[in-house]
Amino acid sequence: MIRRPALAARLDSPRVLGYLLIVPAAIILLGLLAYPLLLGIWLSLTSATIGNPGQFIGLQNYATIFADPIFRGAAWYSVFYTICAEAGKLVLGLALALLLNQRFRGYRVSRALMLLPWVAPTVLSALAWLWLLDPQFSAISWLLLRLHLIHSNIDFLGHPWSARMSLIVVNIWRGLPYFAIGYLAGLQSIPKDLYEAAAIDGADGWQAFRRITWPLLMPITTILVAFSSIFTLTDFQLIWTITHGGPTDATQVFTTLAYQRAISGGQLGEGAAIAVSPIVIMIVLAFFVVRSVREK
Amino acid sequence: MNRKLRIYVPLALYGVFLMLPFLWMLLTAFKSDQELSQGLNPFWIAHPTISQFTNLLTQTAYAQWFANTLFISIAATVLSVFVSYITAYAIIRLRFPGSQVVSTAIFLAYIVPPAILFIPLATVIIQLHWFDKLWALVPIYATFLVPFCTWLLIGFLKNIPRELEEAARVDGASNLAILWRIIFPIAIPGLISAAIFSFTLSWNEYLYALVFMSSSVNKTVSVGMTSELIRGDTFQWGQLMAGALIGVLPAVLVYFFFVEYYVAGLAGSVKE
Repeated sequence: MIRRPALAARLDSPRVLGYLLIVPAAIILLGLLAYPLLLGIWLSLTSATIGNPGQFIGLQNYATIFADPIFRGAAWYSVFYTICAEAGKLVLGLALALLLNQRFRGYRVSRALMLLPWVAPTVLSALAWLWLLDPQFSAISWLLLRLHLIHSNIDFLGHPWSARMSLIVVNIWRGLPYFAIGYLAGLQSIPKDLYEAAAIDGADGWQAFRRITWPLLMPITTILVAFSSIFTLTDFQLIWTITHGGPTDATQVFTTLAYQRAISGGQLGEGAAIAVSPIVIMIVLAFFVVRSVREK
Repeated sequence: MNRKLRIYVPLALYGVFLMLPFLWMLLTAFKSDQELSQGLNPFWIAHPTISQFTNLLTQTAYAQWFANTLFISIAATVLSVFVSYITAYAIIRLRFPGSQVVSTAIFLAYIVPPAILFIPLATVIIQLHWFDKLWALVPIYATFLVPFCTWLLIGFLKNIPRELEEAARVDGASNLAILWRIIFPIAIPGLISAAIFSFTLSWNEYLYALVFMSSSVNKTVSVGMTSELIRGDTFQWGQLMAGALIGVLPAVLVYFFFVEYYVAGLAGSVKE
């Protein structure tokens, strides 16, 4: 009779209860996240295929993929896609935040609507983009034809460069709201008297932006760009839905190529090596994220 | 007048760009196949019809995919919010030895993208005999939901004053009782935030569902539409856009219902 309360008290001590409460999260994250992460690195060092564990072959998969022009093209486009898309999201997102930061009628509605691309399932909006970029029935081509800006339909996804740029535009479309809302929060935390002081000193709008707004937004910029880059560099849904990496591998990225080699082609080892290869870039980005989160 | 133009003209341009795909779903979903193939003015619906919706719901497995996505999203959300709440509580309020390490590990887990995990995870799923089992997506989605929600709730619990629980502790309440009776009711806005983000992220997920589910009855909306409604080069655009429209709806409804939570949560994720 006396043992139960004692046991209950012991279970309730911060040390014991603390460990007990994190058990469910630990099981999920160790079993389905940490273990697969290490297994992925191991797989990339083996000749595993679907249904065959293979054997340790050292860095041979990496040697194979680095010699493969399709992989090098994919690595190049992944980086190019990320840099262009991040630049676009930063500029357009900041501009939208500056616009929304001026109080006006319809502010709340605009802010609510603007987040829709981020909220809607990417694959479904990507399907709508695919239809908008259709070689035959594209509404964009239709409009440009009627305005006499072009003479025939644009085959957006049929040529390497137009396909690459189209995907970047769609990625900007989806990620811009995240930047805008992040920047909007940043702008609203800048004290108003800084601008008043600048105005008294005779600074114009552009000077105030360069000397006050931009430097004070720098920490948020680092977080937004580093964070968004990690997920843009490993983007799958958008590219897979719209181009499948085509035309002829022109828009292949790390993730789509890894999927094709490992899941469609069954080459688990080689696929794992492709999937693991952007990790070096991601660790650098993660370092920036962790550092700027710590500083706050 | 000048000021108004400087705001509303760029705002309208943003509006057109950001709303375009949604407008396009609406404009396409209510057209017949016949109208779509004629190359008429795409910005106008000549003969509005709901035939695309009826065909989608009667001739394809769409309703099943929709039910699957709803089930998975709700189950993954409930599981993840619960697990994240007790984890965040343990880290912030109990401060057991090593809680700082756990907190950092969870943040790192948050930035591991699914794209580098899906291949080894596939082999794990096969070994566990979870392949092509719909419910398996619940713990799998928890791998990205739990880090996210825990991180969000840590930020939230930090701001709850300690006096409340000190008072309860003086009255003899156990830590577990404080977790449920004192902190839980105060944490509800944070839990709602975590839940709506989890729901949106689950509804959005594609890669894991694509790789780990194979039979039609186990597919989610995004996977079913891209793998079964697109056959070769023949695109049933009317049906696809009708499906996209219905598929976007739950995420958008939840969003409009909780708009302020989303804005605060997203803004908080860069400020915390």
